[in-house]
This record gives sequence, structure tokens and C-alpha cells, in this order.
Amino acid sequence: MASTIRERATNNGDITEVQALIQHPMDSGFVKDAKGEIIAAHFIQQLTFEYDGKAVFVADWGGGVSKDPYVKFAFKGGKKGDELKVSWSDNKGATDSTTAKIG
Amino acid sequence: MSNKENELSRRVILQGVGAVALVGLCSLSFGNLPFGVTPALAANDKYPEEAFKAKNEADAIKSLYGKTAVASDKIKLDAPEIAENGAVVPVSVSTTLADVTSISFLVAENPVALIASYKIPAGTVPAIANRIKMAKTSNVIVLVEAGGKLYSAAKEAKVTVGGCGG
Repeated sequence: MASTIRERATNNGDITEVQALIQHPMDSGFVKDAKGEIIAAHFIQQLTFEYDGKAVFVADWGGGVSKDPYVKFAFKGGKKGDELKVSWSDNKGATDSTTAKIG
Repeated sequence: MSNKENELSRRVILQGVGAVALVGLCSLSFGNLPFGVTPALAANDKYPEEAFKAKNEADAIKSLYGKTAVASDKIKLDAPEIAENGAVVPVSVSTTLADVTSISFLVAENPVALIASYKIPAGTVPAIANRIKMAKTSNVIVLVEAGGKLYSAAKEAKVTVGGCGG
């Protein structure tokens, strides 16, 4: 299966800017479907970015984050060509991860 | 050994297991207390389940940080004045506060107030952009934990089509 994560990391000297877009329904558990039945909660709970074996950014998410979530942040350091790992886990126990090269 | 004795010793063993499990639970719940008072980054690594169940922002903030926030003009919160689609509201924040350890987003009128909570390790820039859902017109609240203190900023975003409707 293709990765659910699209990640882009760009180093511009001192800092590395990271953008990630993930395919996920992010169902809050408050929305009803066409038949009037509640769509069960299904959302990413934790998203972690690791560089050089250390977490540089950790997101704890609830069902209030939009479908197909997007997040952008930056950290000091990071070299072009180095790898940045990103992984997520959701409330149903599913996980995915990918590694992007810093450009 | 008769059957009765056998049964008895099995019970004793089971009781022993129960007692150990109880002790484990107690030390867990008490162990959390000191961290609630002075949250350390390490202690926050666990997903804050309770904070994401809180219905209003006060309970969520209390569960997440265990302290109250002071409004700060050093936090720049960008949210649209009018959000046409409540399902996707782009919100970003940056701050000039020093020693930021965590940034959280809340929407006061949502069924669950807490949207997202980010850990900011040393060396990570205290600026985040993300997209959130808003059930209706509400204050968007951002909390910044810096140097062990909690700061906040808020901005109202008007929602024309709610993001939580059926």
C-alpha cells in the first residue's frame, strides 16, 4: 500500500522546515452519516518526527483536527541529504511511517 | 494433596496476583500526581487521553497542564475572521516567548475543546501551522507553555458552515 504520508523537509541554512500531509479520515465520533448513524471516532492520536534518533516534534491530536491533516513546523539544524522519520498511530491501533530526505 | 487443598492454594495464589495488580494501579495513579503539578517533557510523552475527553476548555487546560494561563501579546495567532468551511480552518501560531516546551490549540465551542497539543523539544522553532475543525463560530485559543509558565492568546473565527454537522 502506498504510504499515507507525504512529507517535505527543506533545509535553508540554520533551520529545516517540515511540511506533512497525511491521508486519514479523522472522524471525530460526533458526525452522523446519511442514515443518521454516528460515524465511529477514528483519528490519529500521535504523530512523531524524528531526526538523528531524537524527536524534534510530537503532535497529540484529537478528532478536531481536519480530515487529511496538514502540519508545518521547523527545527534548528538538519543537513541536506539526512533522513527525517515521521510516524503516526491512531485510536484504532493503526500506524504508518515514512522517511524523507532533507532537501 | 486433596482436591480441596488444591483449590485453596489456587485461591491464595490468585489473591496474591490480585494484590500485586492493585498495588500496580495505585502506584500508577499516585505516580501521576507530581507530574501534574510540574509537567516535565518526559512525563508528557504519553497521549493525554483525559484532556481529549474534556468538554470545555477549562477542564482540558487543567487536565493537560494543571495550571491556568495568562494572556500574552507575545503570541501571534493567525485564524481567519470568517471561516467559510468549518471542516477545514487553517490556523497558525508563532511566539517570541523563550523556552517554549509545548503549544496547544483549543476551540471553545467544539464538543471536545482540545484539538491538538504539540511538544516542542529544545531546538524546535515555536511556530506551527495546522488545519482544524470548528462546529460553529467560536474563540480559537492557543496555549503556549514557556519556561514552566502557561500563556494564551485567543481569536474569534466566524463559521458559516459548521464542520461537525451531519
